[in-house]
Amino acid sequence: MSASNETAPDHVDEERRDFIHIAAIAATAGGAGLVAYPFVDQMNAAGDTKAASSLEVDISKIPLGGEIRVLIGGKPFFLRHRTAEEIAAAVNTDPSKMMDPETDQERLVPLPDGTYNPAILVTSGACTHLGCVPVGPAQGSVGDYGGWYCPCHGSHYDTSGRIRKGPAPSNLPIPDYEWVTPAVVKISL
Amino acid sequence: MSGHESTYKPETGFTKWLDSRLPIIRLAHDSFVDFPTPKNLNYWYTFGGILAVCLAIQIITGVVLAMHYTADINQAFGSVERIMRDVPYGWLIRNIHMVGASMFFLAVYVHMFRGLYYGSYKAPREVLWLLGCVIYLLMMATAFLGYMLPWGQMSLHGANVIINLFGAIPLVGESIQSWLMGGPSVGNQTLQRFFSLHYLLPFMIAGVVILHIWALHVPGNNNPTGIEVQETEKDTVPFHPYYTVKDGFAIVVFLIIFAAFVFYAPNVLGHADNYIEANPLVTPAHIVPEWYLLPFYAILRAITFNIGPMDAKLLGVIAMFGSIAVLFLLPWLDTSKVKSMRYRPVAKQFFMLFVVVCLLLGWCGASNPDNAIVSMGEDKLVVNYTDAAGLEGTRVFEEYTPAAQFRDAQRDGGGVAAIAIQKAPAFTFKTLSQILTAYYFAFFLIILPVLGLRERPKGEPDSIHQSVLGQDAPAAAPAE
Repeated sequence: MSASNETAPDHVDEERRDFIHIAAIAATAGGAGLVAYPFVDQMNAAGDTKAASSLEVDISKIPLGGEIRVLIGGKPFFLRHRTAEEIAAAVNTDPSKMMDPETDQERLVPLPDGTYNPAILVTSGACTHLGCVPVGPAQGSVGDYGGWYCPCHGSHYDTSGRIRKGPAPSNLPIPDYEWVTPAVVKISL
Repeated sequence: MSGHESTYKPETGFTKWLDSRLPIIRLAHDSFVDFPTPKNLNYWYTFGGILAVCLAIQIITGVVLAMHYTADINQAFGSVERIMRDVPYGWLIRNIHMVGASMFFLAVYVHMFRGLYYGSYKAPREVLWLLGCVIYLLMMATAFLGYMLPWGQMSLHGANVIINLFGAIPLVGESIQSWLMGGPSVGNQTLQRFFSLHYLLPFMIAGVVILHIWALHVPGNNNPTGIEVQETEKDTVPFHPYYTVKDGFAIVVFLIIFAAFVFYAPNVLGHADNYIEANPLVTPAHIVPEWYLLPFYAILRAITFNIGPMDAKLLGVIAMFGSIAVLFLLPWLDTSKVKSMRYRPVAKQFFMLFVVVCLLLGWCGASNPDNAIVSMGEDKLVVNYTDAAGLEGTRVFEEYTPAAQFRDAQRDGGGVAAIAIQKAPAFTFKTLSQILTAYYFAFFLIILPVLGLRERPKGEPDSIHQSVLGQDAPAAAPAE
């Protein structure tokens, strides 16, 4: 017991003290980070939210020239049954002058046998500007290019869902989908 | 002011006992009773007190509403309707909360313009101004979160638009977006977290308000002359009764206006669309935020051009956030040594123009950007066609009937044709908001820094009491 008194240091070892300070601060910061992680991560999509992320849609019910709108995980998607005239308008326009050049066929997904069904166009239903849902044939306005019109800030999409005019930066995205049968598509988020 | 001697003298045994343990009565006495306050504060200076009342009203009514509200997408809209119809006095409390948000912003804008005009952000009050900016940011966040809770059409789609702004951030934008929403879209989980945070933020505001008052009481109030207190005896009066009564009178007048809205026009500042339950498949034709955020919405939409690698959407978001961020820099942007614009004849005019610009930005934010303010000529109809031979062409018509006949003739001939409206050249809201946005930024980034170095101030009095006694330099006769 008395030994420690005899060897009481007559100077402070600054380096040793610095090391202890840095080590203590580093351990505390690391610990704070580890504790913060679950509190930040809890705001990400929960398991059940992620699970509800695909839908099979029967396209045979879509009237010619019309569309149906589905929600997957709360996100809107359009499935449009295009008329011959609308397909022609989409195919015959030179995409090179467009804001986001894509040919009509690049925006279709082939059936398992490798053929395309240009009558059915599947696109996201969220305007690429700020996420409004554009109006279409059922709402009485298709914009200047016959496809969709976003009333929020005036973006016009053509019959292939390509942006032609307005503030939206890109085409309506084509979702990840596949043909289950020639009459059913499965859309996944 | 922090330097002044405490004049509190505990009288009773209990207050003496308390004073030596927790001098809270002394703190209140020194801060709100015997606090030396410049004797020349005008009614523009009563808005601080008015804002404290607004915050209290919002917290009290909000806590009550939370007793009846259900944060669930299937029940939220119904629970708000139940508050309006079935809960005793629920209609009154909700109307107060709803109108209260608007009145809060009305008061904060007057308060901010007041600070801007009298130079209240300048040394030694920079921290006071910065804390005020933090409160303003928290207020906007709280208002945005609260607007989502009734789960009406504007709630959902407004939240969607704002959260989509984060998607403009390169690389991490989409992850931030889905992190904020807690899923692929604005859904139940989003509503729940918005409710939680909407309840939290007002208490954070209250905390920052305490810091704001603390930072006010260190240098003491600014005043309409912008000259610091020199002699406490001559330049100041005690806060109570002089300013408790003046603030009290202003608060009563303010509450009369408040009550007029609550009882006669509770919805006049809102949007009818928000009384339609949220539907993710149908976007309202015209999404607009509440009036108090319209100027920023106009700035967001004013940027419609790309610069280099940055697209218009990102630039719009940067401009919108920049328009708030620039407020934080104001104490260092204004180079003038003279605080009050009363003695800055040129700055005063730019300031008045700035107020007008902010109001006009609000008008632009409420309007469709493509609509014409002044139209030059008539709109025309254009038929774009591709005939059977594959030749493309365009023809312009004045009337619908010939245009439709031409289109049908093309179609009958085996071609493709469609009618579009060609807008006449016009001065649109978009152009106006671009001009106004340019002035908004120029005011802070060019006018205030340059003017402070070049302007010749005029008629500044030597002290507060001199200005009160009308002994200003002869050149200045500031109209009150």
